[in-house]
Amino acid sequence: MNDSHKPFVAAGDIPPSPPPSSVVGPVAWMRENLFSSIPNAIMTLVGAFIIYSLLASVIPWLFLDSVWNATSLGNCREIDEGACLAVIKERYLQFIYGFYPEEERWRSIVAFVLMIVAVWPVLFAGAPRKMLYVSALYPAVAYWLIWGGTIWGPVGVMLGPVIAIIAYRILNPVLRGTSMEEGIAGILAILLAGLVLVLWWLFGVEVFDGILSSVVFIGLPVVESSKIGGFLLSLIIGVSGIAGSFPLGIALALGRRSNLLFIKAMSTGFIEFVRGVPLITLLFVASTLLNYFLPPGTSFDIILRVVIMVTLFAAAYMAEVIRGGLAALPKGQYEAADALGLDYWKSMRLIILPQALKISIPGIVNTFIGLFKDTTLVSVIGLLDPVGILNPIRADQNWNGIVWELYGFIAIFFFIFCFGMSRYSMYLERKLQTGHR
Amino acid sequence: MKVKGAIIAAAAVMAVSTAANAATLDDVKAKGFVQCGVSTGLAGFAFTDANGVWDGFDVTFCRATAAAIFGDANAIKFTPTTGKTRFTALASGEVDILYRNTTWTLSRDVDLGFTFTGVNYYDGQGFMVRKSLGVKSAKELDGATVCIQTGTTTELNLADFFRANGMSYEPVPIETNAEAQQKYLSNACDVYTTDASGLAATRATFEKPGEHVLLPEIISKEPLGPLVRQGDDQWADISAWVLNALIIAEEKGVTKANVAKLAADGSADPEVNRLLGKEGSYGEMLGLPADWAVHAISAGGNYGEIFERNVGESTAIGLARGLNQLWSKGGILYAPPFR
Amino acid sequence: MATISTSGDTNFRIGMLIYDTRYRSYTIQIIALIVFMLAAAWLLNNVIQNLADLGKTFGFSFLGETASYDINQRLIDYSSTSTHARAAVVGILNTLLVAILGCITATVVGVIAGVLRLSNNWLIARLMTIYVEGFRNIPVLIWILITVAVINETLPAPNQFRGADPDASPLLGGMLVLTNRGFYIPAPVMGDMSMAVVIVFLLSIGVMIGFRRWAKKRQEATGEILPMFPISLAILFLPTILVFFLLGMPITLEYPELKGFNFRGGVFMRDSLIGLWLALSLYTGAFTAEIVRSGILAVSKGQSEAAFALGLRPGRTMNLVILPQALRVIVPPLISQYLNLTKNSSLAIAVGYMDATGTLGGITLNQTGREMECLMLLMGFYLVTSLSISVVMNWYNERVKLRER
Repeated sequence: MNDSHKPFVAAGDIPPSPPPSSVVGPVAWMRENLFSSIPNAIMTLVGAFIIYSLLASVIPWLFLDSVWNATSLGNCREIDEGACLAVIKERYLQFIYGFYPEEERWRSIVAFVLMIVAVWPVLFAGAPRKMLYVSALYPAVAYWLIWGGTIWGPVGVMLGPVIAIIAYRILNPVLRGTSMEEGIAGILAILLAGLVLVLWWLFGVEVFDGILSSVVFIGLPVVESSKIGGFLLSLIIGVSGIAGSFPLGIALALGRRSNLLFIKAMSTGFIEFVRGVPLITLLFVASTLLNYFLPPGTSFDIILRVVIMVTLFAAAYMAEVIRGGLAALPKGQYEAADALGLDYWKSMRLIILPQALKISIPGIVNTFIGLFKDTTLVSVIGLLDPVGILNPIRADQNWNGIVWELYGFIAIFFFIFCFGMSRYSMYLERKLQTGHR
Repeated sequence: MKVKGAIIAAAAVMAVSTAANAATLDDVKAKGFVQCGVSTGLAGFAFTDANGVWDGFDVTFCRATAAAIFGDANAIKFTPTTGKTRFTALASGEVDILYRNTTWTLSRDVDLGFTFTGVNYYDGQGFMVRKSLGVKSAKELDGATVCIQTGTTTELNLADFFRANGMSYEPVPIETNAEAQQKYLSNACDVYTTDASGLAATRATFEKPGEHVLLPEIISKEPLGPLVRQGDDQWADISAWVLNALIIAEEKGVTKANVAKLAADGSADPEVNRLLGKEGSYGEMLGLPADWAVHAISAGGNYGEIFERNVGESTAIGLARGLNQLWSKGGILYAPPFR
Repeated sequence: MATISTSGDTNFRIGMLIYDTRYRSYTIQIIALIVFMLAAAWLLNNVIQNLADLGKTFGFSFLGETASYDINQRLIDYSSTSTHARAAVVGILNTLLVAILGCITATVVGVIAGVLRLSNNWLIARLMTIYVEGFRNIPVLIWILITVAVINETLPAPNQFRGADPDASPLLGGMLVLTNRGFYIPAPVMGDMSMAVVIVFLLSIGVMIGFRRWAKKRQEATGEILPMFPISLAILFLPTILVFFLLGMPITLEYPELKGFNFRGGVFMRDSLIGLWLALSLYTGAFTAEIVRSGILAVSKGQSEAAFALGLRPGRTMNLVILPQALRVIVPPLISQYLNLTKNSSLAIAVGYMDATGTLGGITLNQTGREMECLMLLMGFYLVTSLSISVVMNWYNERVKLRER
């Protein structure tokens, strides 16, 4: 070997040269993501054109040429050619509250804030359990705040379950003391307590309300249903519909999965019936037919009738969501619950439902979004939800003939609300998924 | 959880009110106000102002009824009803009386189980078109697109009219007045048809009312009046005679301004004295206070005053009295004698 | 808890109805049945009493009476002298028309948008996201109102087509007239011998199906692939076109013409139909896009890689490997979207489209005052429609289900 000529040995790696400009940087990004092939490039150009033409018509209309200060549509058109946002400025409070009296509007704001407080322990696991009592009380409080009247009515209704439990506590030992068999006595006590509850709600509350109101009158000025409108009405219908449909939906889901033939048939029949007809026909039932099914002479508020039908409607969809949750649980959970010797209700309450409901929360939120969007249908039966409130506004001489600004305002409101909710449901979905692995 | 939500509301609102067979007057007195069904919104006839207070031609008659019973024109609540819900609202007892541009027809009077108690506005179905179309008569409307507000007798009259004249047309049925007029304004219809009073009211809200004309043809008789549930004669009588009292008041020159003075001092005309409760016991016969008519007239004036203030020629709606003039002045308003 | 009763224990106690699992389920069901019957009886009794109080009767004889109102869009003969029953049928057909049109376009829109959302073209994917989120999060009623308003407010009125120098003119040489009252397209006019053309066309369809079957068999036997698409196309159209010209063009087109207030002739698609159709398709299409997207994503990447490894071209990979698997995931939620679209078509009432809700549940109900009967019929119709869609789709679903061997 000749050592005099040492071959070149690299002392280290040659430093990497920068990637060619065709692979990095904005140009490369565009090449890869926008112009990777000829069809792709054409699509990009078409897309860019669509975006451009949309922006070119909307931006000047909505921002540059829009009019915020005007007294009528004609006045708007004189000032500038863009959107006449003056109508929104003048009427946005009607969009929010309908004709809710101005000096009472703070009540609906309080009700809204309390709603967030009440919903918190339900939607977020981190909240203290005691808060659930607040949630349970919320419906009565919200009803009283929004409709006003004496406080004793809602209090009386809320007392119902308490009275029923007391009745059960008294009746149970008394009946067991008789010669009746224990089981029968227990059932009888439950049935009688239920009867007490129904009687209390039907007759007792009125008396209770009457007596206490004459002694101590605590109340707010009454606001009639016909004055409630706008997004407030959408929220009332949507939230009470979803809250009411939750227990009903659980019951229906369990019923549909039950192996008791009659119960199963009834639940399935109800779910399929409600899911088979459009909501609008149910609303027609609420507005024209519901009174026929009640004892002669009974008549109650249209909003309440709508809420009842919407609740039944949502319950059928809720039941399917919860049934999906129940089906998604591994079979081992059911078997484990049985193996522990728990009876049906205990296993449901302690093992199955908490898990199934947790899985179903995104679906429940989606049902709520759907229901909230569907509240716009009440305008068809003459309620003043955001779409319904368009009628009085357009019947006004000043704003006759205005279209886009109003539709756009409602659309944007719903978009913000529903988009926010759907993001929340996606976030939940991701969170719950990782929890499972 | 919130299982109680619905029940709460249900129990709390389930104010049980007897309807149908019972004496409506007693119920009304017991609850302290009259529940009156009106239109959801028709300029001049029934509308809410920015504060949500109801006003208009029909509304004033409702208020007069309340005033006759309670002596207070504000002892009243209004339920806005659509063409679809109005009859159910009355039948179910949700409202006590319906003052909502409702045409008196045989089937409604007989088959639906209601009683019409009078006519507060004689109307007829008309047509509105753009002046620029150059149409002079409804007979020239062959092939036109016609916007109709549904839920009334309008679509039936229209079908009859075009069939009788051997013309074709394109009906566009719309649920609400606002939506229908939007279509008409955007030129999606050539013609807008509804009661002539409604057309005038609608035209009054247009930016340029002068560009639209009402065609001369009136194709139907539309006696609009109050209605109540069948089978309660006392309540029907009250509603009929409040209306009659307002017409007689105009006939006799009793106005909102002079009614209090006439009631106090009496009048030379015995019928005025009977009307205002100075002679006879007509209030008692109806189950009302003796001075019921005084209160009814004080609420909004006599028929003529109500007409002029809400829909008359001095208002934006600008309706002429026409048929709704007193019989003695060439119209057909004719109240039975007050004795 | 339940004590295990031995078979020798014959003396029956009432308590066993509750504590013995053998009897308990019957007890519960019987109680439920009784409660249900009581509730039903109570409701029925209320109805009877209420109807009696109002002096109303219950019956469907009103359906035989003259409707005396007109309906603008009629798929069958109807005039104001027809009966209420016929008016209801007209409305039902209108509902089915818009539902079927809507389902087809919603599927097309949804598949395109769903696939494009997965496109590696950044701009297009974002654009589709905006479309999907925009339509999903705004109520369909508002979309319907907006689309109809777009037609009414932005397109020219018929009388703007008038005059020597009109503001607007028909498109495509008079083939398409867009007015703010709807769109007009030419209508075919069947001349003599036109039936021959139709028959030839129907025969061609049959031949084409036969050819495809044969080609598939041949492929399975020999592995040779024929260019299916062009041959099918040729079989489908060539003979028909040939016969059409041989017979001297028996089918002609009737063009819409401006006469009087409106265009006459041609096929008239009203603003309400177009608006409703468009809004329902775009709204449901947004949901369908999400379903398609998740369906495609559900097929594991290994499947397409395996197909590529086998040397399949991208088109074939999609047709033969990805789509058949994705369809299993896509079809069930797609069924419920079709159902939703059909039910949402009842919102037609907001824009004056005379569907079943507009005739039976609208004018007929108002004119006759038969709320109960009309709504029963209306709900029955929707129920039957929904259930039939589910049945058909479930049958299809069963067919494409993975058969594990």
